[in-house]
Amino acid sequence: MAENGKQSGNVVVERLRGWSPNAISEVIEFRGETTIVVPRNALRAVAERCREDKDLQFNLLSDATCVDRFPLEPRFEVHYHLVSIPRRDRLRLQVRLSSDDPVVDSLVPVWPGANWLEREIFDLFGIRFNGHPDLRRILMPDDWEGHPLRKDFPVEGYRDIPSIATRYTRNRS
Amino acid sequence: MTIQSETSSVETATGTAKTMVLNMGPQHPSTHGVLRILLELDGENVVKAIPDMGYLHTGIEKSCEDKTYSQAITLTDRIDYLNPLGNNLAYCLAVEKLLGLEVPKRAQYIRVLMVELQRISSHLVWLGTHAIDLGAMSVFLYCFREREEILKIFEFVTGQRMMTSYIRIGGLALDPPTGYLQRVEKFLKMMPGRIDEYEELLTGNRIWIGRTKGVGYISAEDAIALSMTGPTLRAAGVAYDNRKVFPYSSYEEFEFDVPTRTDSDCFARYMVRVAEMRESLKIIRQAMKKIPPEGPVRTEAPGIVPPEREKMKTEMEALIYHFKIFTEGFSPPPGEVFVAIESPRGELGVFVASDGSPKPLRVHFRGPSFINLQALPKLIEGQLIADVIACIGTIDIVLGEVDR
Repeated sequence: MAENGKQSGNVVVERLRGWSPNAISEVIEFRGETTIVVPRNALRAVAERCREDKDLQFNLLSDATCVDRFPLEPRFEVHYHLVSIPRRDRLRLQVRLSSDDPVVDSLVPVWPGANWLEREIFDLFGIRFNGHPDLRRILMPDDWEGHPLRKDFPVEGYRDIPSIATRYTRNRS
Repeated sequence: MTIQSETSSVETATGTAKTMVLNMGPQHPSTHGVLRILLELDGENVVKAIPDMGYLHTGIEKSCEDKTYSQAITLTDRIDYLNPLGNNLAYCLAVEKLLGLEVPKRAQYIRVLMVELQRISSHLVWLGTHAIDLGAMSVFLYCFREREEILKIFEFVTGQRMMTSYIRIGGLALDPPTGYLQRVEKFLKMMPGRIDEYEELLTGNRIWIGRTKGVGYISAEDAIALSMTGPTLRAAGVAYDNRKVFPYSSYEEFEFDVPTRTDSDCFARYMVRVAEMRESLKIIRQAMKKIPPEGPVRTEAPGIVPPEREKMKTEMEALIYHFKIFTEGFSPPPGEVFVAIESPRGELGVFVASDGSPKPLRVHFRGPSFINLQALPKLIEGQLIADVIACIGTIDIVLGEVDR
């Protein structure tokens, strides 16, 4: 049994390596959590394998999110957090995407629950998901410009705020 | 580079003259906030439902990136405003995992006690509002009467009724005041009888059964595929509870059951939540026995956890650390962690990514309401329009968490 923070990552990595040697480009172990970095073109196949394999059984997609490492390249990291309810295990899949081509295969065909999670990532980071059935903005208004969780999007948004000095002079004249 | 949305307008399923599209919300009392649902109706039957949200989007995740790790705790309260202590706990557990901090046992037990009280209060709000949506007015008044007692305990212990920010990185904000356990004891004596009272009003009530039994069915396979968690999944017969499966904050030392049902309708979810309130009372009783009367509520971690007030007056280092923590913050090692706890609504996950600076690179909240709401079209399509209200209520959404 894997407790929170103690995941049976090595078994999963061995299993995936045995299935396809190209499925994993890097394995990160941090604080007892296993992150498997997957090449972009292998993501859907690896996800399907994680779900269908009798020894893996990652049947629940818990979460999907993105990290923007601007100005580093590859800039975006898309994270998928998987849970195996029968095996009591967790796993994270990571895909790295460059800023000039932030496109990745959608996982909606594997886990239908990825639908809104990927819409959220599209909305807030501008990552496109190939094969997503309904890729619309979900939190921001439809006519919003830009993707607010990108690091080059200012925290206060794009607004034309007159400085205190100009406001002062304007009031005087 | 700007990417426009793929489809700018929402398309309905059939688009024939037989059906009409009804806009429900965003200002509708039974959507529990500002949720808009586009309902395509064929007479009284729902053909298609498209939820639309974002009206409460406040950019909490973006704001977290502009705050130090300790400052961001205040923002977590505002996500799921019926479960502020749970949000505090999830965020603090994530940062503690990132730092590799151990929390003293006393603090862990007090955390469990507070979070379980919070679970009861959240379920009470759910039960009250769900019942009032379906026409049972008096249950609402009873539920809020008991919730008030819990909020009084929170006010006594944390100083705040709702936005507590009581759970901090490395422990708790302060030692609970003398006599708090007596208040909890008084509440524990009163509550089981009160839960019986609600059950007397609802469980055997023919109108209640008529409105909830067989309404909003979803199979266990569909629920897992749609990433549903919490009471909604447990009502489908899957005993997935993070407190049991991935224990945190010493939950492995507590004895409690995970109530499940197999009918997977609104009535089953009601029964699961009522049973969960009773289980929470059991956990609280055990926590009260476990909490040692004396001991630290914060871990010793110079530079991360603020020093005690007394030490600051006598020790130079304590004063320096205090100043550093509140001006500059602390810098965890680079890396990513994901911690999930069982909130009243399901799996509340917090993802924190650090780049080694005093401010988080990314904080993400996996809100159970947001993801459970995704299953709403599945629950209501093919049902009557009156059942839409029952189905929205049964998911137990908090729009603050849906939109963040």
